[in-house]
Amino acid sequence: MNLLALAWHSLLNRRFTVVMTVVTIALSIALLVMVEQLRTEVREGFYRSVSGTDLIVGARTAPVQLLLYSVFGLGSPTNNVSWSSYRMVADHRSVAWTIPISLGDSHQGYRVTGTTDAFFEHFRYGDSQALGFREGRAFDDLYDVVVGYQVARKLGYAVGDRIAIAHGGGNVSLHEHDDHPFSISGVLAPTGTPVDQSLYISLAAYEAIHTGWRGGVHRPGSGLAPDEARQQREQLVPEAITATLVGLHTRAAVFGLQRELNDYAPEALTAIMPGITLQQLWRITGVAEQVLRIVAALVVITGLLGMLTVLMTTLNERRREMAILRANGARPWQIAALLVFEAGLITVAGIVLGVLIAVGSLVLAAPWVLDTFGLAVGPSLPEAWQLGVLGLIALAGLLVALVPATMAYRRTLTDGMQVRT
Amino acid sequence: MPADQLLELRDLRFAWRRDHADVIALDAFSLKAGERVFLYGPSGSGKSTLLALIAGLARPDRGGIRFAGTQLEALRGPARDRFRADHVGVIFQQFNLLPWLDVLGNVILPCRFSRLRAERAGSVQQSARQLLAAMDLDQAMWSRKAGDLSVGQQQRAAAARALIGAPELVLADEPTSALDSDRRDAFLGLLFEQVASAGATLLFVSHDTALADRFDRQVSLPEINLAGQAA
Repeated sequence: MNLLALAWHSLLNRRFTVVMTVVTIALSIALLVMVEQLRTEVREGFYRSVSGTDLIVGARTAPVQLLLYSVFGLGSPTNNVSWSSYRMVADHRSVAWTIPISLGDSHQGYRVTGTTDAFFEHFRYGDSQALGFREGRAFDDLYDVVVGYQVARKLGYAVGDRIAIAHGGGNVSLHEHDDHPFSISGVLAPTGTPVDQSLYISLAAYEAIHTGWRGGVHRPGSGLAPDEARQQREQLVPEAITATLVGLHTRAAVFGLQRELNDYAPEALTAIMPGITLQQLWRITGVAEQVLRIVAALVVITGLLGMLTVLMTTLNERRREMAILRANGARPWQIAALLVFEAGLITVAGIVLGVLIAVGSLVLAAPWVLDTFGLAVGPSLPEAWQLGVLGLIALAGLLVALVPATMAYRRTLTDGMQVRT
Repeated sequence: MPADQLLELRDLRFAWRRDHADVIALDAFSLKAGERVFLYGPSGSGKSTLLALIAGLARPDRGGIRFAGTQLEALRGPARDRFRADHVGVIFQQFNLLPWLDVLGNVILPCRFSRLRAERAGSVQQSARQLLAAMDLDQAMWSRKAGDLSVGQQQRAAAARALIGAPELVLADEPTSALDSDRRDAFLGLLFEQVASAGATLLFVSHDTALADRFDRQVSLPEINLAGQAA
């Protein structure tokens, strides 16, 4: 305790250098923690988004691509699945439910998904949680639209507001379906998944607003008026959809059905298991993650070497101080321990400050991650293994301090009561 | 060794490196309990080295140092350190205090390393305050950082530190060399008073012989140090 108090006072005396050293270590720790936390949070966010889905079926494409555009709104589909193939999947004996999705339209940069009531009934996220409504209800009228939590929050929408849907994706669209105004029937409760960033209309409505469109262009004089479309609602069945999420009666059937669908002769389909495809995605991104980790580790090492430099530089200036301590009864090991304590305090302060910076940065970065990936990430306490790594860094800080500590130990033995150079 | 003898050096030989000539070659030197001894000699005559040997910071290559009944040279390094912490107070020439501690913190420093001195001091804080007051250091200075004090004030605080916990021996290594003559005399007066009050022995090292008459005994190191004579 005495030594700690002395170390503390000594550090206070050199507060500018010490603060700079602590900040250097803190920034390196912050980078390390942020890389890990963001990686973990984003991965968990992706898993949370597809927790209840056994298979995703789309047109023949790369599995990762199908997963990204069907669930996360990243990238674009290259082809569709015919309605007959979708019905084949939906009517399969192993299948408990399906959620068909049609993509291609947007509103103010947010994705519009055509789907059915099955989406609100069967979609699961997080720990098998069902979707809930913050306000309102699912589709009733043909031109009802349900908006995700973030869409409503960002655009200030509430139930009853009327909106127009744009043809195509992106913020700016030259073609609006403004002849088919939609009314917001419900706002979904927050999920922390891409659901929050989407708008949902019925497949019939999706078909209604696209009747008379060909090649992405509305042909004048064709199409359905809204009231006309309402009357023909039961007949508004799409020719094709983008993909379908599939839930099975029993998970044991998933491999068989996947193989069956991938081998489906009448139409080239791709059926993927979301969890396994995510693993493939992590393998692709894993190299970049490893590089980031190595960079972060190198930055931490640089921070510790910076501390070593500071301790070594001040060692000469402090020989008189050590001689005074020795003359007043301090043992050489206590002088050495003083330096190790100082390094320990600097390292621990750097680690604590670094974690706080990381947490603060994650809070600041959360909106960007939400906007970009639709994933709600937030600060969380480091996991046990991350705490272990931080503990090892603290230990490394102490080991680094052994170099100046050993030098101080030797010098105090030779200096005695006066500094010998 | 007579009962009133605190320190006795016999046949002492010491070199900082094995292949170097002896810095100290003393046949005999002793201090009585309560004695105030003035040890003088020019720079480089081995004064500080002798103090390091007496304080147990260095171990003689040959000979013996008997201090209050303990053979110092027989003790291992850590035991000598503990012995020094318990029985010796030190005043340096300058840069005496840790600049990052306040004056009180500096004075109680030896009690951080010696339980015996802390016990002897009783209330360490109280004892430090009494010593600082006795050394005529204004109370307003006690909580100041040592680096903010003048050299004279620092020397008085250093004397208080050397005396806290009543060590048997106070070693003063040219503590007045940075003071003008008025301040030097005042400092010596205060130091003598407190050394007497603590019942300590004072070994005062200096090259300034003008101070010598104020001590009980004067010893010329070049005269007793055979190594110095050889050089």
